Amino acid sequence: MSVDQKMDSGRRQLLVATSAVGGVAVVATAVPFVASLTPSERAKAAGAPVEADIGKLAPGEMMTVEWRGKPVWILRRTPEMLASLEKTEPLVSDPASEKPMQPEYAQNKHRSINPEYLVAVGICTHLGCSPSDKFKVGAESGVGPDWPGGFLCPCHGSLFDLAGRVYRSMPAPDNLEIPPYKFLADTRILIGDDGKA
Amino acid sequence: MTTKSQELMHWIDARFPLTSTWKAHLSEYYAPKNFNFWYFFGSLALLVLVIQIVTGIFLVMHYKPDASVNASGIPVAFASVEYIMREVPGGWLIRYLHSTGASAFFVVVYLHMFRGLLYGSYRKPRELIWVFGTLIFLALMAEAFMGYLLPWGQMSFWGAQVIVNLFSAIPVIGPDLSLVIRGDYVVSDATLNRFFSFHVIAVPLVLIGLVLAHIVALHEVGSNNPDGVEIKKKKDANGIPLDGIPFHPYYTVKDIMGVVGFLIVFSAILFFAPEGGGYFLEYNNFIPADPLKTPPHIAPVWYFTPFYSILRAVTYPLFGVDAKFWGVVAMGASVVIIAFLPWLDRSPVKSIRYKGGLFKAILAVFLVAFFILGYLGVLPPTPGRTLVAQICSVLYFAFFLLMPWYSKLDKCKPEPERVTFK
Repeated sequence: MSVDQKMDSGRRQLLVATSAVGGVAVVATAVPFVASLTPSERAKAAGAPVEADIGKLAPGEMMTVEWRGKPVWILRRTPEMLASLEKTEPLVSDPASEKPMQPEYAQNKHRSINPEYLVAVGICTHLGCSPSDKFKVGAESGVGPDWPGGFLCPCHGSLFDLAGRVYRSMPAPDNLEIPPYKFLADTRILIGDDGKA
Repeated sequence: MTTKSQELMHWIDARFPLTSTWKAHLSEYYAPKNFNFWYFFGSLALLVLVIQIVTGIFLVMHYKPDASVNASGIPVAFASVEYIMREVPGGWLIRYLHSTGASAFFVVVYLHMFRGLLYGSYRKPRELIWVFGTLIFLALMAEAFMGYLLPWGQMSFWGAQVIVNLFSAIPVIGPDLSLVIRGDYVVSDATLNRFFSFHVIAVPLVLIGLVLAHIVALHEVGSNNPDGVEIKKKKDANGIPLDGIPFHPYYTVKDIMGVVGFLIVFSAILFFAPEGGGYFLEYNNFIPADPLKTPPHIAPVWYFTPFYSILRAVTYPLFGVDAKFWGVVAMGASVVIIAFLPWLDRSPVKSIRYKGGLFKAILAVFLVAFFILGYLGVLPPTPGRTLVAQICSVLYFAFFLLMPWYSKLDKCKPEPERVTFK
């Protein structure tokens, strides 16, 4: 076909229209493939609440329960531990817990329902490692001579106080998440359901 | 008189370009005669690719991508790797070939890339070879990362957790994106199975395609050489470069020598130190994945550590976006920036042999910074180390971003007309 031969614009239009319709079909076919990458119905249903018995938890001790595949910490804080929260107030980036990392009932100084018990998702808000507990105070902790006790993320060094509040200028942007929970009795906690949602 | 075998060749050549392909890429592909040992690493990378594919095929026959726990409370995937190591005849060797091969792959690829840096192999007209090469490096990183999840050990799990969470740092789409990558709200069986699929099918296919494109582009323009001068400028009456020799037999034989040397070192590591002192296979990965407990110290495998250090070095939020997003951006940029080298280098010469002291000094600083970043990446962070990592990250980027200026300022020596060859 020579170059100066006139283009059949009718055929060209049909070609464009066919390609467009074909393109729509390709996109539509891609939908189930992309959808298959999202969490399955079974994965979505696996978020049932879990119950924890905290009767045997001594002051200063922490237990971990699994909720939605994540570690949830329950820390029974001693009076000294609670007092340390006053000291860390000027050091943490969000002392009043203004960012929505907790249910309303945990938006307080101690970030919990009962000041004694901290319930928090033990997943660093940076990249999802589980911080280790550094409850020992001072140089003995290995964190620093002024360390008042808290958590250290082993991956990128973010520090959290004993209410899960992140220190300033850390890789982690937010305080640790507080899951929805409620006390079923004095020594039984239900994690994942606070009866409000 | 034509023999039976010649007849067969004619029959094939009339139907498939066998002889012409052989000539174009081997017996009549003219490579510069002055290649030195740096030129072993391209063919060695190809050798390691073959090792990985063959051992991979055999590993898949016994490996099970299943995160559920078996009757003895061990994840099935973890147990199947132990089964390969202890009960499949020869399984330990095939598995160690594959795991040591992964580290060997990065060793030869890093040396291959450094060769390009030394001799300006990325300069015009070889820009696309370099871009394909960078894409191969990216694909290789994805392949290695996803492969590392499969044994389902502690490092597998928490490494994947960290890297997948990187994507959640992207504003707006991030959280949904990481959900689509994981296929679940946490790293789980869904994640393990899709990583397995990508590791054994999708990424290897892309990798092989890119390697083909890399070689086709190379054979189109011809190889660079340690002098960085174009051999195609001086040709004899037959149009053959004066300084060129046929790849086969000259360089096939030379490369076989490289293969022998490589296999001696590779076998020594394979048989005497397959775990590489905890750097090839990390000790924490011999513990089954536990979603509730991060190991006290997590570090990526050695070949990722320079880039991981750059990620960790970013600790300041910018424009109201978290530091972690900028860390991700810096880490991504540190790899992608390599692809732009052809357009950043404005030096009048290609090879380090004719570049001036300025370039050599800056290259040395870059190398030192890269090694320090790599070293810091295996250590837990402290404020002092973070500061050093920040300085080295700045040096890393300065090497690339300031290149348009210092490569022009540099006092270069004149290039020879033809390659130097004793």
